[in-house]
Amino acid sequence: MQQSYFRAISDRLLGALQGAEVLTLFLEAEQSDFVRFNQAKVRQAGSVTQGMLSLDLIDSGKHAPARYTLTGDLEDDVARGRALLSDLRATLSFLPEDPHLLFATEVQSTERIDSNLLPDSATMVDAILEAGADLDMVGILAAGPVMRGFANSLGQFNWFESSSFNFDWSLYHRADKAVKCGYADTRWDDAELLRKMQEGARQLDVMKLDARTIDPGRYRVYLSPSALGEIVSLLSWGGFGLKEQKTKRSPLLRAAEGRAQLDARVSMRENVAGGIAPGFSCSGFLRPDSVSLFDGGQLTGSLVSPRSAKEFGVATNGASPHESPDSIELDAGDTARDSLLAELDTGLWINNLWYLNYSDRSSARMTGMTRFATFWVENGEIVAPLDVMRFDDTIYRMMGEGLVGLTAERELIMDPGTYGGRSTSSARLPGALVDDFVLTL
Amino acid sequence: MSQSVETLFRRLQPAVDFCSLRVLESQGEKLEMRQGVLQPVGRVDDRGAMLTIHHKGGTGYAATADLSETGLLEAIARARAWAERSAGRAVTDFSAVPMSSPEGHYSSDVRRRWADVPLSERIDLLRLVSESLKISDKIVDWSASLWNTEDRSLYLTSGGGRVEQALTFLVPHIEVVANDGADTQIRTLAGRGFCRQSGWELLAGVGFDAIGPQLAEEALQLLDAPDCPSGVMDLVLDPDQMLLQIHESIGHPLELDRILGDERNYAGTSFVTMDMFGEYQYGSELLNVTYDPSHREQFASYAFDDEGLAASKEYIIRDGLLERPLGAAVSQARAGSVGVANSRANGWNRPPIDRMANLNVEPGDSSAEDIISSVERGILMRANRSWSIDDSRNKFQFGCEFGQLIEDGELTTVVKNPNYRGISATFWRSLAAVGDRSTFEVLGTPHCGKGEPNQVIRVGHASPLCMFRGVDVFGGEG
Repeated sequence: MQQSYFRAISDRLLGALQGAEVLTLFLEAEQSDFVRFNQAKVRQAGSVTQGMLSLDLIDSGKHAPARYTLTGDLEDDVARGRALLSDLRATLSFLPEDPHLLFATEVQSTERIDSNLLPDSATMVDAILEAGADLDMVGILAAGPVMRGFANSLGQFNWFESSSFNFDWSLYHRADKAVKCGYADTRWDDAELLRKMQEGARQLDVMKLDARTIDPGRYRVYLSPSALGEIVSLLSWGGFGLKEQKTKRSPLLRAAEGRAQLDARVSMRENVAGGIAPGFSCSGFLRPDSVSLFDGGQLTGSLVSPRSAKEFGVATNGASPHESPDSIELDAGDTARDSLLAELDTGLWINNLWYLNYSDRSSARMTGMTRFATFWVENGEIVAPLDVMRFDDTIYRMMGEGLVGLTAERELIMDPGTYGGRSTSSARLPGALVDDFVLTL
Repeated sequence: MSQSVETLFRRLQPAVDFCSLRVLESQGEKLEMRQGVLQPVGRVDDRGAMLTIHHKGGTGYAATADLSETGLLEAIARARAWAERSAGRAVTDFSAVPMSSPEGHYSSDVRRRWADVPLSERIDLLRLVSESLKISDKIVDWSASLWNTEDRSLYLTSGGGRVEQALTFLVPHIEVVANDGADTQIRTLAGRGFCRQSGWELLAGVGFDAIGPQLAEEALQLLDAPDCPSGVMDLVLDPDQMLLQIHESIGHPLELDRILGDERNYAGTSFVTMDMFGEYQYGSELLNVTYDPSHREQFASYAFDDEGLAASKEYIIRDGLLERPLGAAVSQARAGSVGVANSRANGWNRPPIDRMANLNVEPGDSSAEDIISSVERGILMRANRSWSIDDSRNKFQFGCEFGQLIEDGELTTVVKNPNYRGISATFWRSLAAVGDRSTFEVLGTPHCGKGEPNQVIRVGHASPLCMFRGVDVFGGEG
């Protein structure tokens, strides 16, 4: 779906307004290739062309939103859009005024187009099958352009277009003994793929050692950036949004009300400038480059959607309706990566966590499983892979009194998620050394 | 469903080993009343198609919303190109997989269509329910919502197959949040568990208009309740928690694509292996689990799956013995196994994979009173609020909204933050009582995530009340 197409359909639909009506339009489109692998062979391969246009018709304090699929045929898409507008106009008369309606009135047009530097997906698939030929490789390649567009009847027009790939895969030894790998970028490099595949294969050698089972208890652990990312991702599910905080549902409620805090070395922010997500929201508000969420261990801010802004009488920072971060960032610490094994001494090296949820949401107590390459470390040496273990601990303890240190190096983790469409979220995180990490099963 | 798409497909279908076109039109509306304010109406009109080709052993698909001749020709070219590129490099010889070319049609039973209920009536009901929830200053957030979706699909195959299905879904939901200081407790209408294929008549059946005050009272009751005690005790699960227990520790581990390894990079593998079917005692002799598309009101009922396989009721576990996996045509061919009709996609833009559809525990012969009275020291848990399980679907931990202790055969103290944990491979063997049909409820969830690319799909789980002996139970931070 090209920018010119979105501009054309926008012009035609905005031209169909009557009286004092205001219309906002938001486009989510992509042209994606998805190739799924199992045992280094193709399980499913295909292409998806999709474009969903959201409309919000606003008049006299009322509004009626709707979404429909674009076919790519301008006359057809305009005709369906106009018919939908007529339906929405009729619906407005049955709707009450919305006291929490807030729409962008300051015209701030933007454009960001990253040139498509990707090779044909078939070329990437050839390289993947060759690099993983002798391995039990399973995963997915997602590649192609992603587009977002916003337009409104006040004259604002925003466009975001970025072509990228995300190859997310695992290498298996047997049963659940595996290592997780990822390669995501806007430029493809066969040599970099091969390097990552070989690095994964080397880690897999450790997984071939006899696995160790440990008893539940408290352990010193290293959480890799990916593992810490799972914890941050769970917190992002309602933790940082103003609505969840004001309605007392946030898992970070105690921090929001000053009853609890994290270690002073924990500073987090929504860093739109450093992420890969569009700089504008579905309702046309531009996002500030950075929103502080934790500073020095204290909760300092929240993500505020336009509706929450109106409901709670504060300014919006362009957050999505769900008020979850797209580009979260945690400050680095001063623990050098090279010294991690020595600093860990004896305990668990956890590369990945999995399937986190809350044991007690009000207390930010969460549970989850270790997954993929988790190792037992003794006297600074990796000695065995571990069978999966369940943890159950609060964020205030793990990132509070239990925090030994954060690594000086951070990783940019590009979300491989494809629910509904390809994600543009990312996280930039360090690893963390944690004492007395609670394992329960 | 447009005749022109069918005509085009018949005219354009390429000379390949197998080709199918799955067209889906989905229209939905979600209405939510929160604190007396109608939230933005969620209306969607989604339509598109997936063209699939198996050729020379390879497989490829292309999804498009452009159903013109040009659009279909382009989709055919893309799908064919992927099939040719994957030929000789695929997990199986897709050309050798027997694909159905059925003829048939199916539609949900609907007495009062959503469209026949005036918008003002829908809004008035939600306002009524929403207002009934605000019974105290400690109720800090409250909402009621209804989510209707009507899917019409057309499945065509190069072998002359033609299946038309029209499914109507309704998801009622209520949520009430109570707070006192640092403690927040939430009660819901079974966490959207009363989602079903139905028209407006569903709401009377679940008491949607009247249950609000009870949920609000229970949320307040939980604020004042002690924390769930820790210890090994008997566990009685209401159907609205059984649905989650079935889903996570029977449904997912028995999905054949997981056993074949397809999901190992994302949703995970399974502790179940092919040699266990017909041999493995999954649960006690009281455990009978079926794949059952015959409850027409259940959320994931249909006559044919998304690859045309005819659906029929099958026992998955009988008298505790594991009988067959949850796998459809492609997985069955790869594994050389029997299975069920469960190849499903969540939309026109995602390829079908093995999903669990309706997976139910069959009723037993114990009344609710018999079950409670048989427990000396235990706990009853209702309504899931937390779920976590390992990637082999073995070590689990689940939490519920509401707990009530059972002492000497009687329900006593209400407790908050009830959790329990166990291991799937052994947990079901502790099943000690299965409720009779009077305790049986048809439930489900709109949100089961799986697959690469990711898909959220509807599943159904019907179950009676069940009791398990000697489970590790614990509470929150207090």
